[in-house]
Formats: sequence, C-alpha cells, structure tokens
Amino acid sequence: MTTNILEVKGLAKSFHTNTVLHDIDLDLQPGTTTAVVGSSGCGKTTLLRLIAGFETPDAGTITLAGRQVAGPEGAVPPHRRGVGYVAQDGALFPHLTVGQNIAYGLRGTSRGEVHARVGELLETVSLDASYASRRPHQLSGGQQQRVALARALARHPALMLLDEPFSALDTGLRASTRKAVAKLLADAGVTTLLVTHDQEEALSIADQVAVMRDGRFTQVGTPEHVYRLPKDRFTAEFLGDCISLPCTVSSGVADCALGRVPVETPVADGPATLLLRPEQIVATVVSDSERLDGVGTVIATEFLGHDVLLTIDPDGDAGPLTVRQHSLNPPPIDAKVHLEVVGYGVVLA
Amino acid sequence: MVAPPVSIPTAPVARSDKTSRPGPLVTATVAILVGATLIPLGYVASATVSIGWTKAYELVVRPRVGELLFNTVALVAVTVPLCVVIGVGVAWLVERTDLPGRAFWRPLFVAPLAVPAFVNSYAWVGVIPSLHGLWAGVLVASLSYFPFMYLPVAATLRRLDPAVEESARALGSDSTAVFFRVVLPQLRLAILGGGLLIGVHLLAEFGAFAMLRFDTFTVAIFQQFQVTFDGAAGSMLAGVLVLLCLVLLVAEATARGSTRFARIGAGAPRATTPVRLGRNTIPAQTGLFALAVLALSVPVWTILRWLWIGGAEVWVLGDIGAALGQTIGLATVAAVLTTMLAFPVAWVAVRSSGVLARAVEGANYVTSSLPGIVTALALVTVTIHIARPLYQSVALIVFAYVLLFMPRALVNVRAGLAQVPPSLEEASRSLGSSPTSTFLRVTLRLTAPAAAAGASLVFVAVATELTATLLLAPTGTRTLSMRFWSFSSELDYAAAAPYALVLVVLAIPVTLVLFRQSTKAAAL
Repeated sequence: MTTNILEVKGLAKSFHTNTVLHDIDLDLQPGTTTAVVGSSGCGKTTLLRLIAGFETPDAGTITLAGRQVAGPEGAVPPHRRGVGYVAQDGALFPHLTVGQNIAYGLRGTSRGEVHARVGELLETVSLDASYASRRPHQLSGGQQQRVALARALARHPALMLLDEPFSALDTGLRASTRKAVAKLLADAGVTTLLVTHDQEEALSIADQVAVMRDGRFTQVGTPEHVYRLPKDRFTAEFLGDCISLPCTVSSGVADCALGRVPVETPVADGPATLLLRPEQIVATVVSDSERLDGVGTVIATEFLGHDVLLTIDPDGDAGPLTVRQHSLNPPPIDAKVHLEVVGYGVVLA
Repeated sequence: MVAPPVSIPTAPVARSDKTSRPGPLVTATVAILVGATLIPLGYVASATVSIGWTKAYELVVRPRVGELLFNTVALVAVTVPLCVVIGVGVAWLVERTDLPGRAFWRPLFVAPLAVPAFVNSYAWVGVIPSLHGLWAGVLVASLSYFPFMYLPVAATLRRLDPAVEESARALGSDSTAVFFRVVLPQLRLAILGGGLLIGVHLLAEFGAFAMLRFDTFTVAIFQQFQVTFDGAAGSMLAGVLVLLCLVLLVAEATARGSTRFARIGAGAPRATTPVRLGRNTIPAQTGLFALAVLALSVPVWTILRWLWIGGAEVWVLGDIGAALGQTIGLATVAAVLTTMLAFPVAWVAVRSSGVLARAVEGANYVTSSLPGIVTALALVTVTIHIARPLYQSVALIVFAYVLLFMPRALVNVRAGLAQVPPSLEEASRSLGSSPTSTFLRVTLRLTAPAAAAGASLVFVAVATELTATLLLAPTGTRTLSMRFWSFSSELDYAAAAPYALVLVVLAIPVTLVLFRQSTKAAAL
C-alpha cells in the first residue's frame, strides 16, 4: 500500500464560539485530485488554510507525506511545509513582474537557472516566455491564475492546494482553464486538493469528491459514486437535480408511480423514498389509447438549447416531476408520455 | 507647526477574522510607545497632585487665567466657523461648479500649508506693523489653517454619489436646497474632523500668536516657562490647556455620534454634472482671487520684500547653511525613527484585535491632539527629576518629535498596510519565505510609498517645529525655525527673511504629498 500524501485525522477548528470544522478525516493518494465541494461558509476554505498552515487546528492531526505538520505537539509554519497554494484571486505580487513572481520561491539557484526555469514553467501553463517581463495587472484573470499556478509549481510541491481557483473567471474561460489546469497537474503528477462551491467543477475535475456541509463531510468517494449513490438527501440534491418519489421496497425492487425500479444497494423492505436523477427518465410520446404503467401528461416544457426540461404530471397520486432530455423533437404540452426509468434508483430510509 | 495628517478614511481590512497575533518584540515596542504617550497627561496629573488642591485652585482661579481663557475660547469660537465657511465654500466651488480655472485653483488652496503659521504672522506684521490682538490672531490663523477644512471636504465631495443629488433634484429641490439638505449633511464628518484639527492647532500654536502679541494659553505657558522654569503656575496653565483640549475632543466625538463612514455606491461612480454658476461666476472668481492674495501673496510678497531690503548682506551663508544642516539632520533622524516605530503600531492596529489595538488607537487619538508645549514641559519635568543626563540632549528632542508626530507617520503607514491583502503574505509563506523574509520582500515593499509619504510629513513637521524645539533643544542648537524666531523677535525682519524662505521651500513637498493623498482618497 502506498503512503498517502495527505492524511487528515479528527481535524476540528473553531473561531471564537463558532465551530467551523468538526472531526474531519481525509486521505489523499499520490497523484490524484480531490475536490472538497460545499456551499459558501461550510468550512472548506478553513480546511485548506489549516493544511497550508495559515491557521492552527484546535484538535486533530495533519500529516504530509509521512511527516506530521500539525497536531497536539505543535504546528510547522507554512513556509516549511512544502505545500503549493493558489488563492482565489491568484494573489500575485503587484510589485513584481510575472517572471519575478514565478521566481519568488526559487532560492539558491543561479540567475541563468532561474531564467530557464521561469521559461519552462510559463510553458507548462501555456503562456509565452515573453510574459515574464509583464506586470500582473496587464494579464487577464485566467492568465493571472495560471501564473499563480506556475509560481506554486516552481517549488515542486508534494501537494497543491487550490482555493476556488476558477471562481473569479467568467463562464467560458472557466471550463477551458479548468481543463488545462487539470491536465497539467495530472501530467506533473502533483497531488491536488481543491475547494469549490461548483459541483459540476468538482465532479468533472476530481478523482475523489468530498461533499461538505456545516463543517462535516457528508460523503467522500469517486465522482460517479457520490453522484449515483448519495448517502443522504443533502448530498444528492447538492450534486444535482433529484426526483424523489414515494415507493415500497420489496426484495431489492422499488415499486413507485413509474413502475418497478431496481435498487442498487441492499435495503430493508417496506415504504421508503426513491431518488432518481432527471436524466434517468426517458419520456416517449404514446397515443391516448395505449394503457401502460408509468404514463403521464406533459404540463410544461422549458427549452435550454441542447436540452429540454419537461414537467410531467404522472397518473396517480405522485406530484409533478422534471425530466431532462435532449431537445430534438420534444413532446408538446398536453401530450401523453410513457416514462421509462434507466438504471438503478437510490432508496433513502 | 504645519500640515498634520488629513484624516483620510483608510481602506477596509481585507479579512475580517484577524488571527495573526503580534510577536513579543512587536508587543513590547507598542506597549512602550503607548506608555510614553501617557507622559504628558501623567505630568499634568502629578503636577496638580504635588502642588496640592488649594494652591492649584488659587493658581487656576485668577484674573490672568480668565483673560487667557477668554482669548483662547474666542479664538477657537471665531476661527473654526470662519474656516468652515471658507473651506466648504472653496471646496464646493472647485469641485462642484463649472467655474473656469478649477484645475488651477484646486491645488493652489492647499499651498498655504507650506507656510508655517508663525511665518504667516511675520508676513502680516510686515505689512501692517500695528496688527495685534484677537482679530489679528483670527485673521492669520484662518488664512493658515483653512486648508485643513478644504482638503477633507473636497475629498468627500468628490466621493459623494451624484445619484443622490440627482434624486433630490428630481424630488423638486433647487441647487441651493440640494446643497443644504443633501450635500452638507453628508459632509458632516469631514467638517467635524477638519474643525477638530483646526481647533487643536489653535490651542497648540505659539509662534504665530506670540508675534501678534495675542496671549493664548500656549503663549502664556511659554512665557511662564522662561520666567520660572518648572514652576507651579506654568503646570497649572498646562492643566487648563489640556482640559480645553479634552473638551474639544469630547465635543467632536459627541457631534460625530455613532455615524460611520458609509461607503457610498459600488463600483466607479459617475462624474457629477457641474452646477452652472452663470452670473455668479465673476463674484466667485473674485472671492477665490482675494483669498489667494490674502493667504499666499501676502507671505510671499513680504518675504521677497524683506529679502530685497536686506540685500546681499542678510545671506549669511555660513549661518544659514549650519542651520539648514542641523534642521535636516534632526528632521531626518526623527522622520526615519518615527516611521520605523509606526510600523509595529500600525501592524497591531490593522492586523490584530483586542485590548492592545484599542489602546493604541485611543492613546494616539489623545496624544495627537495635545499641544506640543504640554509634551515638551512634561519631558522637561520628567528628565530633570528622573533622568538628568537626558535633559537638553538630542535623544530627548528626537523622542519629543516621535511623540508629537507619530500620528502623521501612523496614518500613512496604516493606510498602506491596510491595502496589502493578507493573501499576498500567505502566498509568500507558502512559497517558502519565513515571516521576516515575507515582511521584507512583500509587506515592506508594498507599504514603502505610504511610509515615504508619512516620513516626509514628519520631516517637514519637525523642520518647521518651533515650540518644543525652543524648550528642549540642546544648548547651541540652531535650527532654521529657531534662527528665524530669534531674528524676528529682535525685530530684525530682513535677517529673518532668508530663513523664512528656506522653511517655505522645505515645506512645499509636503504640500504636494497632502494634495496627492487627498486626490487618491477620492479614488478609493
């Protein structure tokens, strides 16, 4: 078994009377990317600052590559942790050029080596070497972010911490910067921990996702796992839209308004709530005469470009539900549709 | 005494959770400085106790004190409102109207700050030799100090959201009504701050009023000191002066109430549409011209006239050079030391919360308002009784300058420090720099312009300081202001002129610094 780059055990932190983090456990394997996702104020940035060393925990330990850096015996100051940190706005030094910013952490090397390394790092973050002589304010938000990343990479950190690194960028730039950063960090083999409030960002970039609420992790796992098999309603709803239906479970199958849906994890028989993702339901137009299970009437449609959101009132007692499907030839309002469930459902007690 | 800091609202601290705790060295430095600022108040209190209540009462309740009290109170009561009218009027004209030549007038009315008040008195006495008494004091003080009102009011006017005034116009107010019902109330804090500053200067000024033969408390304390060194009567006068000063502080704090600087509007405010003066353009232009003549032309013309009369023989270059050298030496040492000491204090005020930070704020607020003569008397008394070798030493006078002018450096260093986001320091720490190295490579570097501005303010304040210097300077010290003072006291106005000229030239840079700061504050 390989040693984890980061091990966090029982971490707790409070400011004055306000407890921000409760009993946090987290392990990061080498070369992987982990995203901590949660709404603002849930404590995710505090977790990052504790790992970077800007704050001291009240309880628990932080171990970096086998060396305990914070715990009951005291804390290692940030400059001796060897952790890369990229702040939300990049935090470039305004009094230094881009090149000087990147070279900031390079000490004890000759001028020539520094120059060469700066050029190399600029290339790593896909910026031209001529950028070295520019000032931070002459760069766009995305470029500043990349320079901040190059600056942090210069010291070959074992662990890279990214605090909402893409939130300051506009939507178009965010997706492309995200992809580029994920690729270069993966290529460099740097273990990364990033915090974000954007669940799409977390799911797309990470190997491991930790969902945080009020200073606790509600679930930690692969993006697929936490999305498909959420442990509770909060996690399920935080990561995407949900359809919840009352159902009765018997021997691994849930009986609901849409018919019989297989359940992934073993659950006790009896009444429960079934959770489905909108994209799991396929609505096909049927003629009025057909008598099938799981039929409903379209009561509203919302055109979103590549997708369409259908609000469907199923026959029976269940309330209206939302279905997301591609927008080619959507069923019109008042059409009768047959609702078919693809894949497994999740049952919450 | 020229050019104390204009109170510029500092930028809000970037992080609300102030977690970094100051180290023992910083805490000790700050604690010693805060302790030292209490020396003047402690001196007054202990003098009162040692004299005894009965004697103290007798010394305070006598006709002479009544006369001084009347003079001082009348001076403040007339000059401050006059400065409000002049300062607000000029600021409104140059900031809010279509008056031609605004760009020229705007910096010009900061320029009187380059002329020390005692030089201004000398100039007016040169023009009207019989000038003396209360009205002479009011005239010279108003012309010297109105920029303290003009600067903050102009800066606030530039920051006000024009949408508020446009709404008032839309609600049916004409431009006069808008000014009195909407603009003026928003200027309240700037007017109160400027008024306090002017009041404090009026209480502290010695040279200007002594030359006009107008006896205020400070003038009387100084004369008393020359007659009976370390006497009970002088201490009691100082006690009354300190009380007057505290009355001013309390009055300003009460009037200010719990109002805080509201941040007006988000993003870049639109430019205001200037008020059209129309037929009033000529009277307004004439008024500004008259003010400029009174405030600037009189001192400049008098100095040049005396230089002309004196001819080549008043330029005793050896003497002037020696005085200039001593002045620059003292001012440089004091400016560098004060600015260095301002760093730990500003650090505590900006980056930490708690008892120490509040004590720093409070102590500074009070000491910055105490007249220099009280601080000087206190230091004389303390050194004579406790540390005799320090009496009349360079160390003591530099220490006095640090106490007197710390607020000037502090205001600037604080504002500079508040604008360094803690995230930059954190970035530096995560890149392997120790706290000390981070301070040197990031914090200090980014605060340097503000610190330089603070140091230059202290430099000019020291170079033009008269009262404390006369009391504390070691025997044989001859600064520019001391030489100017001794010549003009002997009524040798021509010989004093070169010194006045050098003093004004030295003070010009600080005026530029102040003007730049007030324009920058508007851009915040």
